[in-house]
Amino acid sequence: MIALLMRDLKLAFRAGGGFGLGLAFFLIVTVLVPFSVGPQSSLLATISPGVLWLGALLACLLSLDRLLALDWEDGSLDLLATAPLPLEAVVTIKALAHWITTGLPLVLAAPVLGVLLNLPQPGFVWLVVSLALGTPALSVIGTFGAALTVGLKRGGLLLSLLVLPLYVPTLIFGAEVARRGAISMETNTPLLMLAGITAGAVALLPFASAAVLRVNLR
Amino acid sequence: MSISAKANRLWAYANPKKFLETTEKALPFFWVAAALCLVVGLVWGFFFTPDDYRQGSTVKIIYLHVPSALMAINIWFMMLVTSLVWLVRRHHVSALAARAAAPVGVVMTLIALATGAIWGQPMWGTWWAWDPRLTSFLILFLFYLGYIALWEAIENPDTAADLTSVLCLVGSVFAILSRYAVNFWNQGLHQGASLSLDKEENVADVFWVPLLVCIAGFVLLFVALVLYRTGTEIRARRIKALQARERVGA
Repeated sequence: MIALLMRDLKLAFRAGGGFGLGLAFFLIVTVLVPFSVGPQSSLLATISPGVLWLGALLACLLSLDRLLALDWEDGSLDLLATAPLPLEAVVTIKALAHWITTGLPLVLAAPVLGVLLNLPQPGFVWLVVSLALGTPALSVIGTFGAALTVGLKRGGLLLSLLVLPLYVPTLIFGAEVARRGAISMETNTPLLMLAGITAGAVALLPFASAAVLRVNLR
Repeated sequence: MSISAKANRLWAYANPKKFLETTEKALPFFWVAAALCLVVGLVWGFFFTPDDYRQGSTVKIIYLHVPSALMAINIWFMMLVTSLVWLVRRHHVSALAARAAAPVGVVMTLIALATGAIWGQPMWGTWWAWDPRLTSFLILFLFYLGYIALWEAIENPDTAADLTSVLCLVGSVFAILSRYAVNFWNQGLHQGASLSLDKEENVADVFWVPLLVCIAGFVLLFVALVLYRTGTEIRARRIKALQARERVGA
């Protein structure tokens, strides 16, 4: 399992792996927001938690179609499926690798971009906490979407259509934590709900992803 | 004993031939009954009920809005059941029924959203509000779209049936999650249930009876449409099989 994780990480970090692509996308979305809504700092302060969450979500989405597609094309997915490792573990590792290469950098970059969008002072901690808790769910749900569309020639657009509605609960609770944190409100309820969604998704979705992948590899 | 016998009789319709034979006989009755209920219910509702003392004649959109909203949710539920049957018992008719129901569900969701907007404009003063019920319907609409798109995208029918079934299961869980999340996220403008077994909060009797007739009409129409469309899907697949056989023979 660890070998597989290291392999995926190495592939992502080396040239052509697309590491940092999500991060650059996140940066560009954040920079574009003031151009579209205007540079008033009070307005930016109000919308910054939501915008940062949406940007992180879209950046996650962007990298999903290469999550399994490259391994599908060169046949290593077939090898992994016949390996003694259960397919459920394989997709969990894939999701973990996706989170380390996409989710984690987003979490770390979010405060810096928060400065650009004039995020209120108490919001920084909650933004990082909510993203750290929520992005694993985004990766796991995204892995399910990638497993569904892996056999398709042009699955990218379909992948967004399938995955975005599934992202709704995570986005609502995650952005709510960040929003409440930014205006110094109590954040316990949405934070616990967000944690619940992440825990549930991490525990159950790998089974669905593996089942779907088996159908696609048939 | 009798239960298992009944179950056996039900599973007999998993045979496409038996399914087609029976539905062909039953379909005319469903069409007629649906048309009858819809005409009676809608005419009764539109022309022979009094205007509401506050809402005026706009209240009458309830005869389209409530049944379609009811169907939109229940069609997804039916797809969930048939998807489960496909995954467990591998009956093709079941998977095809789910496929046949999805576009009907989309249309029902659209009717509910559109009639709601038309009613909301004079009553709430807005076409759209980010109310929990409205928002969850919009999300349900997106789920339907994704489900249909996945069916269309995959060529192998068995793979498509498997993948869409799993998507339907996972989607159901997330649709329910979204419903609660959306409730949490915004306060509602939408009124409570207009129909429930708890009579206290129901609409007045003059509206209630024609509404029931309309709901019966929508249910019958849905059953007729799904049976008809499932039959079409079965025939389409037969044609494909015949064509494939011919190509091999030639």
